[in-house]
Amino acid sequence: MSFISSTLLTAAGAFVLISLTIVYRLVRGPTMQDRVIAVNVIGSNIVITIALVAAATGEKSALDIAIVYALLNFLMSIAISKFTVERGGVL
Amino acid sequence: MTPREILIALLAAGGVFFAFVAAVGILRLPDLYTRSHSASKSDTLAAGLALGAVALTFGSDLSTVKAVLLLLFMFITNPTAAHAIARAAAEEGIEPWTRDEEVDE
Repeated sequence: MSFISSTLLTAAGAFVLISLTIVYRLVRGPTMQDRVIAVNVIGSNIVITIALVAAATGEKSALDIAIVYALLNFLMSIAISKFTVERGGVL
Repeated sequence: MTPREILIALLAAGGVFFAFVAAVGILRLPDLYTRSHSASKSDTLAAGLALGAVALTFGSDLSTVKAVLLLLFMFITNPTAAHAIARAAAEEGIEPWTRDEEVDE
């Protein structure tokens, strides 16, 4: 395994560990918006992890998955913040 | 090691560092608005650095264009999402934290 791919895989593992610590705020967060922020940050960390793994293993089609995941992550935040204001809740 | 490999390693390490800063801010800061501030700024910088490392790794290829587009997309949408969430919280009537109150952990 070359130097670049091992470096990128180590960085991807560090991103996964950091996301696991943010799960504390997701479980504990006093308000609903705290949880949405935690989910948003975990989602963007997952996008970065997919891109890093794609670069480390040379799996180029995984970048498309990362792009779609980023788009869904943004849509989720916008939809939840809009529905909580105008309709008094997501459901 | 070539200079390009050193640059990729530095960018990846910077991304991990700023993601760590964002995680510490989200876990330790006292209220929703300060947490949103930490999440939007540090996490956007971490995404920019890490995706820059990805774009450098692919070299001259179509995948580099995809990585740069993903970088620009996250650079625009990450602060926008944080702003929308914080504004929804403000319109729901959640008060910002001040120095007099206790920290509600």
